[in-house]
Amino acid sequence: MSKVATMKDAVADLVRDGDTVAIEGFTHLICFAAGHEIIRQKKRDLTLCRMTPDVIYDQMIGAGVAKKLVFSWLGNPGVGSLHAIRRRVENADPAPLEIEEYSHFGMVCRYVAGASNLPFFPIRSYYESDIPKVNPRIVPITSPYDGTEVYVVPPLNPDVAIVHAQRADVNGNAQIWGLLGCQKEAAFAAKRVVVVCEEVVDESVVRADPNRTVIPGLIVDAVVEEPFGCHPSYAQGYYDRDNRFYMDWEARSKDPEPLAAWLKEWVFGLESHRDYVEKMGAQHWDSLRPGDAPSGQVNYGEYA
Amino acid sequence: MTGGAGGNGESGAGGNGLGWSKSEMMIVASARQLAGGGVCFVGIGLPNIVCNLAKRTVAPQLDLVYESGVFGASPKRLPLSIGDPTLVSGSTAVCSMFELFAFYLQAGLVDVGFLGAAQIDRFGNINTTVIGDYSKPKVRLPGSGGACEIAINAKRVFVIMRQGRRSFVEKLDFRTSPGHSGDPERDRRRGWWGSGPTVVVTDLAEYRFDEATGEMTLARLHPGVSPDEVRENMAWEPKVAADLAETPPPTDEELRLIREELDPQGVRS
Repeated sequence: MSKVATMKDAVADLVRDGDTVAIEGFTHLICFAAGHEIIRQKKRDLTLCRMTPDVIYDQMIGAGVAKKLVFSWLGNPGVGSLHAIRRRVENADPAPLEIEEYSHFGMVCRYVAGASNLPFFPIRSYYESDIPKVNPRIVPITSPYDGTEVYVVPPLNPDVAIVHAQRADVNGNAQIWGLLGCQKEAAFAAKRVVVVCEEVVDESVVRADPNRTVIPGLIVDAVVEEPFGCHPSYAQGYYDRDNRFYMDWEARSKDPEPLAAWLKEWVFGLESHRDYVEKMGAQHWDSLRPGDAPSGQVNYGEYA
Repeated sequence: MTGGAGGNGESGAGGNGLGWSKSEMMIVASARQLAGGGVCFVGIGLPNIVCNLAKRTVAPQLDLVYESGVFGASPKRLPLSIGDPTLVSGSTAVCSMFELFAFYLQAGLVDVGFLGAAQIDRFGNINTTVIGDYSKPKVRLPGSGGACEIAINAKRVFVIMRQGRRSFVEKLDFRTSPGHSGDPERDRRRGWWGSGPTVVVTDLAEYRFDEATGEMTLARLHPGVSPDEVRENMAWEPKVAADLAETPPPTDEELRLIREELDPQGVRS
């Protein structure tokens, strides 16, 4: 049965007030369209998880959907700060934001533990760092085999993971190329999974290249087709990262007023991401289109 | 991401009458540290420019590893972020972040990790988390990203950052990534690859770490910089190497690569 849904319905059905939500994607394939729909539907009291909160969580936290943030690197990559989040952390303005902080490897391994049904995951990090002092969930243990001290992190099992893929079939079998981040781990760890994709393709396209399937439909609850759904993040081979948008965000989020004005114009003032794409204009999308660099083809062989 | 080197430098780019900026000298001096090649874990911001300059000058065989999951990147443009699509196209391998941190970094395949810092102390301990108290920070910085595990698991760690009294501090507000403890014998027994930074390059000078004490030691002054200027821009009295030297100035080719190819937009300043 087809799992294809609109973003509006998928978010309404699968994201609930108070949920722990992970919209993952490391620079690449960050699903801004889903974040905008969560803002538009005025979800509240979410615990937002992401390795790198990025501009999408600055928008969501600035819009008031979250009570807590779980993360490992808080910034606007190559540009500067996420000011809406900083206002809440530094000055409780307009409300406090609870934070739970790890390193990158710690966050990745929390998803790995969550996806593998393990009670914790051991890593060689955090030695002599102050991070475990401010996050008591990061704990040293001794190996029962050779006495080595390692630190363990707890599993992270989001209520919902939202991941963006280049393409998926109607059952949610999703194919990704380019940077893989920790989307696979986050999706397998989550109770509910929304796959958003640039295009829904026939199942035969997926079956012709099964090595490229990162997330199987088995764990997917809804499939949303949303072209340009990652903007200003990017989809490898489809559109470039809109670095100008990231640079301009510095001024937009520096004070609450321009941020509120941006949300009003680009999120609350629009019905859907289709409207956003139209409002941005064809010329803008043309400017982000990359040249071609196709992969060679491999031969899987026919074994009838 | 591993904390940018920028942010709080009191002495950024600018005319010094020498034909290059302090940032450019810092980038060039850092890139030369990578002579000989190997596997280098690239951070965001200045390290990104440094590693790409090294690949075009002293270390063509350098394998660039980006924490976003790319091994053997060969970027055609300077990526603004370390997750830029140009890192993927034409690279040797793309892997999940778990594989990158576990199989490449934690297993000991990374020769050099580059870190930036908002604060550093005399033993090379690094803060990229907060200025002020953690629970009520004056400035909330990005945090660790991959920095903590790079400091611990890379064979050698290079630090690149601008120098000033607010960044070269007597006591860190928060220790994000561990450096030397002050007892090298103890550090060698710690049981992890990293043993604290080996080199710190700033906009004023280059430092190494004393083998007997683990303390940062002034090794080279950049052209036009006096020992007093260095002292004025740090919160402790630095040890000075017996063979204190001057950093060779940037070559025309190094400056051309930075200005025309790697950073035409001026991210470095």
